[in-house]
Amino acid sequence: MKFTKVVSTAVPLPFEDIDTDQIIPARFLKATTREGFAENLFRDWRYTKDYTQNPDFVLNQKAYTGEILVAGRNFGCGSSREHAAWSLYDYGFKVVVSSFFADIFKGNALNNGLLPVQVSDAFLKPLLETISSRPQTHVTVDLEKQFIAFEDKEEYFDINPYKKECLLNGYDDIDYLVSIKHDIEAYEASSKII
Amino acid sequence: MGKTLFEKVWEAHVVKTLSGGQEVLYIDRHLIHEVTSPQAFSELEKRGLSLFRNEKMVATADHNVPTKNQHLPIQEELSRKQVDQLIKNCKLHGVELFGLGHPFQGIVHVIGPELGITLPGRTLVCGDSHTSTHGAFGAIAFGIGTSQVAQVMASQCLLQTRPKTMRISVNGQLRKGVGAKDIILHIISKLSASGGTGYFVEYDGSTIRALSMEGRMTLCNMSIEMGARGGMIAPDETTFEYIEGRKFAPRGKDFEKAKTYWSTLYTDEDAQFDSSYTFDSADIHPMITYGTNPGMGIPIQGEIPAIEAINNMESFSKSLKYMGFEPGEALLGKKIDYVFIGSCTNSRIEDLRMVAGYVKNKQKAPHITAIIVPGSKQVEKQAKAEGLHEILAAAGFELREPGCSACLGMNEDKVPNGAYCVSTSNRNFEGRQGPGARTLLASPLVAAITAIEGKIVDIEAHLG
Repeated sequence: MKFTKVVSTAVPLPFEDIDTDQIIPARFLKATTREGFAENLFRDWRYTKDYTQNPDFVLNQKAYTGEILVAGRNFGCGSSREHAAWSLYDYGFKVVVSSFFADIFKGNALNNGLLPVQVSDAFLKPLLETISSRPQTHVTVDLEKQFIAFEDKEEYFDINPYKKECLLNGYDDIDYLVSIKHDIEAYEASSKII
Repeated sequence: MGKTLFEKVWEAHVVKTLSGGQEVLYIDRHLIHEVTSPQAFSELEKRGLSLFRNEKMVATADHNVPTKNQHLPIQEELSRKQVDQLIKNCKLHGVELFGLGHPFQGIVHVIGPELGITLPGRTLVCGDSHTSTHGAFGAIAFGIGTSQVAQVMASQCLLQTRPKTMRISVNGQLRKGVGAKDIILHIISKLSASGGTGYFVEYDGSTIRALSMEGRMTLCNMSIEMGARGGMIAPDETTFEYIEGRKFAPRGKDFEKAKTYWSTLYTDEDAQFDSSYTFDSADIHPMITYGTNPGMGIPIQGEIPAIEAINNMESFSKSLKYMGFEPGEALLGKKIDYVFIGSCTNSRIEDLRMVAGYVKNKQKAPHITAIIVPGSKQVEKQAKAEGLHEILAAAGFELREPGCSACLGMNEDKVPNGAYCVSTSNRNFEGRQGPGARTLLASPLVAAITAIEGKIVDIEAHLG
């Protein structure tokens, strides 16, 4: 799951506080594997009560496709379910752009090769407007150089340097933590916590 | 410079600091449940790793279990498979499981504290965002994703960027009918559903000190609803008294020794926080939410904000449309269909006593469906020993068996499409209690009064 650069059209979802219950409702968390969650991504927004497609929802509109999801501030709030990151990734998204991310979701995304790109409100607004009105617009997200660009606009984004290395090289925290087993044992021997 | 409570506990758990500033944090206790653990177990198996410290883990089945006939096999196939997988994994990897049928089974955030697994100064994690509950004891406790569950399984550690610190002080005497749930709903309504993101909160002040452990747990539980990683409260005599004698808590001399250490866990006078807020208890009224995130709360006798007061119209309108409410309108008099009393926020014995105390010798409104789900087998047992089940049944409430239930509707306990539910749980997100369900978050007392009256009433006027 190495991540480098994504150049793609983008899907606008201009709502704030999109919680992980919307991304994947709890009743679809019963699987014991990581695969197959795309089917129920945004389930209750994508489908009406009688399980027909809701034509008003952006993912059901042919004009809007791509590997980048652009959403309003505080994306991914609520439950810690990593299934939210799995379902977005499984659906084909490689990047989520927002002006603010909830902590746990952000960590989960980074642990699954889904890049959360936090931009300013001043950048998000024209980005949402542009991709809504001209869905064929290409957006570039470059992890190595840490920038996001569309048309004549460009913004630098922040990412934890360790997490950046992990994404670029496709390794994760378990590899590292297991490698420092002796430090952990030494800590345990000295800890006075009850 | 002095240290905050958070810094004292955090720094006692740092195994190593990386060049980029990230820290390897040691985790003292790891709680797991059926929904967010199976993929973590498979991840370890895939890598050929075993559990590093299985004796520091405790498992329970709570999220998808039925709350009726728990002695029978689970009817719903996928839920049954997930619970069976947990049983299999715990057996294979030697993890203590308080599963269905066990006298200690219950919601993970109810059983940790009541069994004395949650202790001051500890670090504790679980693949569930409401792990913040355990901070009520002066522990650092936070929710994690499944990849991190696997990391803790493999190393008993997590790589973390240290959050910023926030102090929220609440002072003064609470008004009649106001409790911990109202305090936290009030705070979130002021700070918003993202106001705490990036922070770890410490609650203090005279109002917090006067809260019981149950109240403190309710408060810390909902820290995540303003985006905070967790919330914590310095341990004191109330904490020690609660812990003493609990099943897995230290005993005798060990307890005294522990207490000496726990007594050092407070914020030094000259310690600095990155952010601070102060609230006056006199300003806090019984609260209720009107929208689709926990920040959308108002005093029960208040009005939904008018359009002029709103920044993001698109989200606000979408939310009100879902709820079937109009901007600027009052909630008083709104007819309610369901009342749910339960969840890791409000399903402890004190909550049940509060509800039973109010509904005694009263009858729920005929059109109301009222279910009450105790947080654990221990709570259920205690409620029965006190005769609460009879009082509740006589008032028309259905007392179920323990689990997360209608808080998130993973099992059969769902609120029907379009129905209004006053719920003591923690999230009013769209569809949280079932597709199309409309949730109004409130305290157990507000929920009890609503069940009797069948509609939203001004509880301050009601209580006189």
